[in-house]
Amino acid sequence: MAEYGKRERDKPWIMRTYSGHSTATASNELYRTNLAKGQTGLSVAFDLPTQTGYDADDPLARGEVGKVGVPVSHIGDMRALFDGLPLDQMNTSMTINATAVWLLSLYIATAEDQGVDHHVLRGTTQNDIIKEYLSRGTHIFPPAASMRLITDLITYTVDEVPKWNPINICSYHLQEAGATPTQELAYALVTAIGVLDAVKATGRVPENEFGKVVGRMSFFVNAGIRFVEELCKMRAFVELWDRVTRERYGVTDAKQRRFRYGVQVNSLGLTEQQPENNVIRIVLEMLAVTLSKDARARAIQLPAWNEALGLPRPWDQQWSLRAQQILAYETDLLEYDDLFDGSPVVRAKTQQLVDSAWAEVQEVLKRGGAVEAVETGYIKQKLVESNAARLRAIEAGEQIVVGVNKYIEGAASPLTENLDDAILTVDPEVDASQRAALARWKETRDSAATDAALAEIERVARTDENLMAASIAAAHAGVTTGEWANALRQVWGEYRAPTGVAGATVKASRSGAAAETIGRLRKRLDALEERMGRRAKLLVGKPGLDGHSNGAEQIAIKARDVGFDVVYEGIRVSPEQIVASALEEGVHLIGLSILSGSHLALVPEVVQRLRDAGLGDIPVVAGGIIPEADADRLRAEGVAAVYTPKDFELDNIMSDLIDMVDRQHAAE
Amino acid sequence: MPPSDPNEDAQHVMSSDKAAVSRALNLVEDRRLESQARVAALLAALKDAPKAADGHRVGLTGPPGVGKSTLTSVLARSVRRRGLTVGVVAVDPSSIRSGGSLLGDRARMSFDPTDAGLFVRSLATAGEVGGLAYAVNSAVRVLAAAYDMVVIETTGVGQSEVDVVDVADTVVLVIQPGSGDVLQFLKAGIMEIPDILVVNKADQEELARRAVADLQGAIQTAQAVGAAGGQDADWQTPIVATSATQGTGIDALIAALEQHRKHIQSSLAARRRQGEVRWVLDLFSRKHGEHGVSTLGGPDRLEALAKRELDGGQTPLALCEQLSRGYVAALGKTP
Ligand code: B12
Ligand SMILES: Nc1nc2c(ncn2[C@@H]2O[C@H](COP(=O)(O)OP(=O)(O)OP(=O)(O)O)[C@@H](O)[C@H]2O)c(=O)[nH]1
Ligand SMILES: [Mg+2]
Repeated sequence: MAEYGKRERDKPWIMRTYSGHSTATASNELYRTNLAKGQTGLSVAFDLPTQTGYDADDPLARGEVGKVGVPVSHIGDMRALFDGLPLDQMNTSMTINATAVWLLSLYIATAEDQGVDHHVLRGTTQNDIIKEYLSRGTHIFPPAASMRLITDLITYTVDEVPKWNPINICSYHLQEAGATPTQELAYALVTAIGVLDAVKATGRVPENEFGKVVGRMSFFVNAGIRFVEELCKMRAFVELWDRVTRERYGVTDAKQRRFRYGVQVNSLGLTEQQPENNVIRIVLEMLAVTLSKDARARAIQLPAWNEALGLPRPWDQQWSLRAQQILAYETDLLEYDDLFDGSPVVRAKTQQLVDSAWAEVQEVLKRGGAVEAVETGYIKQKLVESNAARLRAIEAGEQIVVGVNKYIEGAASPLTENLDDAILTVDPEVDASQRAALARWKETRDSAATDAALAEIERVARTDENLMAASIAAAHAGVTTGEWANALRQVWGEYRAPTGVAGATVKASRSGAAAETIGRLRKRLDALEERMGRRAKLLVGKPGLDGHSNGAEQIAIKARDVGFDVVYEGIRVSPEQIVASALEEGVHLIGLSILSGSHLALVPEVVQRLRDAGLGDIPVVAGGIIPEADADRLRAEGVAAVYTPKDFELDNIMSDLIDMVDRQHAAE
Repeated sequence: MPPSDPNEDAQHVMSSDKAAVSRALNLVEDRRLESQARVAALLAALKDAPKAADGHRVGLTGPPGVGKSTLTSVLARSVRRRGLTVGVVAVDPSSIRSGGSLLGDRARMSFDPTDAGLFVRSLATAGEVGGLAYAVNSAVRVLAAAYDMVVIETTGVGQSEVDVVDVADTVVLVIQPGSGDVLQFLKAGIMEIPDILVVNKADQEELARRAVADLQGAIQTAQAVGAAGGQDADWQTPIVATSATQGTGIDALIAALEQHRKHIQSSLAARRRQGEVRWVLDLFSRKHGEHGVSTLGGPDRLEALAKRELDGGQTPLALCEQLSRGYVAALGKTP
């Protein structure tokens, strides 16, 4: 070992920028410039229809096509996405889950068209469908079917694409849904255990090759602002994974037991107020996953300063990429061995996390494992409760967030002088052009071949054969994403996941200002009930494909706690369904939550349908990532109020909502 | 809005107009004194609805999380495919100190929102004792006037907050493999044997088979210790295994429901009357306690009175109010 400071620098981690939008062609251009900026891997963001198995021409895709990612419907789109990018030289990470088998099939088929042997492909499919039910919300099928898709992909790649990371077990999204470090550790580990047990149960992997599968498992982890604890969490992950792979799976090769992980740092804590502060948060969070060499991330992608405002522009992402480059290339970090080996403080904190996480792992296993704990809502409810506790602490000022509940005064920021230009906006024409292109695609392909390929998908799904081969054939035949998913919907049906809110309890303080406020709100609702004859009833709705449920969940719980009767049906409800529910449930107020950017299409649609159903009197409010200019438009269309992340004081929102019901009742 | 004509409202309800059904349900939930006359008038106008007489009121009850809502959803869809209409009332026990509630059953049901023949209303049991048992009974009457089948989902085993037996023609107890405590309750005769037993989550056949066998044993033991066999002795409680998520066993459940409905056809009116009597007495004693009952002459006299009044055309809700007034008046007289 060379003298400290003089030895050869470690190789830096892979630096990625999560991107994709509008069309395959536009995203291809973006990828080329990103690579030119020194980014070392591609990270593809797909739009919500592609992630949830719909084509652009599906009514459910309305308002979502090309918005938060690139639409990829068929091999033509995939070819355009990687045009001029030789796939044998790329390392491509695809954030794709329910439709991962399909998107990997399109990728492989595209490589084959480029003359590249699929054995040499490198990259990652996220393919952790379990956390979709818990946080991310792009699941399609029931958990058992999802597990089957996960294992089909893993058991295929282990021999056929040996350098592929077939799954990224995601704890990132759990923290984004409120998980504490202990919960993040525990629920990621039980997911990994569930997956490995399921792979084992397929019988497709010989006993002596199982270590190979374990060795390909990788993780996608979060790093929050409490960066010392987060650093210890990474070390705890390393220890616990070593334990699981050794004790439960008997893996003897230490290399196969290594905890390999990529990171996106925390975005939930990034604020709308004083957004420039987010850069500092992002950099500090990056330290947690880079400082200890023994638990360093292999790949990092960072959110941008304007995270809570809307989609980042290329410049915003570049700023975050520069932060990584400065840490890796300007500082001396990569010249040293592990900085914390032997630190009793780090050791003790790590041990504490190992112990608490292990106890929770045992608890979930006792309840039947990850799938069972998804189906019963056990984990989801825990996350919802943790998130509620976090929000309550911020609202009460117990958890300081600079620029939000402390140090609020300050000079105006030049960065936010023109907020509407401070984010990326996607041309609304993309929707129509993508639909037209899709129609052309469907016209020009050999429909006998696609029919046969789809029949084969359905047949295989009913057996326990691997779906990959049939899917790759279907990709070559010109089948679309929606068709592939629909074939499987025929076989497996669809699944609505537990919302976790019904049983969720929030520890409220019994005295003090917060308790007094709650008491006041409750009294007002009691009084309103006396006058109306019935308790005020609120419908919280999530129209469209948007899976961001945190806001809706927290509003629902808070509304219950101040005394509303609350109907919340979970994510991905159509406007028609929302109107039907409002009618049948006899609600007094409707709250829509949309964070995916499709509010201008969906909110007015709900409002119009309510009018058509004779329910135009019911006040409608909207919340989510809604730029001020859009909020004006929504209000002009009859929306009673619009809330965004800066409205973090839920008590104030509740007070408004009670006012609205009150006013409406008085008017009748 | 000017108050509407109850007879007209009732006509709209009987023609399954969703907006009217919804308004009627809002009205029966209304607890203001000044609304009571309208509620009574509406219910009276709905009393002889043809659908109500021919229809089927099915109570789905069972421990939390066994899949009642999911099952309701697939059951309703199957029933719809057979051309019958369905109204669902999901009673949610989530009652917290705030008086608010989170009504979660609807989240597990998936329906075609444009289907005019399907209606789902969630009701909270939050609030004062008996406060909502009250609305449930009336809500069932509204839905029964509008839809062929009414499904009442309640959570609980044995002594549930709303006695589903009082409002349902057929009581279906739903359990899942491994619901050991239910078996114990049944065996010990603590719990009435339901009209139909469903073992849901029967996706794993082996577990389901064992659960069905255990239940059969439990029912035999229960009958041996003399537990009440539903409401009549000559009905053999069928045990149906279902998987609500895979949609299996639903036809068997519908067959069992039809069979039970046929079985009680001749006694249906009496059975419903008996349920109403029980419901009135229950609500009255929850409101006014032992003292109320004894002041009005004790349980037997009260029961006879209730039966007489209901036979005479009184609606349960109005009767309850009448009894309350009687009690208050009697209180005034006793020093
Ligand atoms: C957490 C988070 C996630 C989590 C969501 C977990 C969950 N179960 O909710 C995870 C990691 C899964 C996720 C995933 C994605 N995300 Co995200 N996510 C966020 C993030 C960081 C925070 C959102 C949040 O939960 N805030 C906390 C809650 C409590 O706040 P809130 O929802 O805003 O609610 C408040 C108000 O808005 C309002 N409100 C909201 N709803 C309602 C309703 C009513 C009735 C009322 C009265 C008030 C109200 O009151 C609340 C209290 O203050 C935001 C950025 C940000 N910092 O805001 C991005 C963000 C929303 N995500 C974004 C994207 C693109 C995605 C993905 C689509 C990426 C991709 N291409 O795959 C995925 C897919 C998700 C999907 N299925 O739809 C974009 C959306 C871009 C846009 N609008 O144009 C954002 C803005 C980030 C960004 N700048 O790019 N995400
Ligand atoms: N495996 C399996 N899971 C099921 C089945 N039916 C329901 N579930 C799951 O069980 C959980 C609870 O289902 P619900 O329908 O909400 O149960 P419930 O009895 O209505 O619950 P409460 O109203 O809260 O008492 C959900 O996760 C369902 O997906 C089934 O037949 N098989
Ligand atoms: Mg239920």
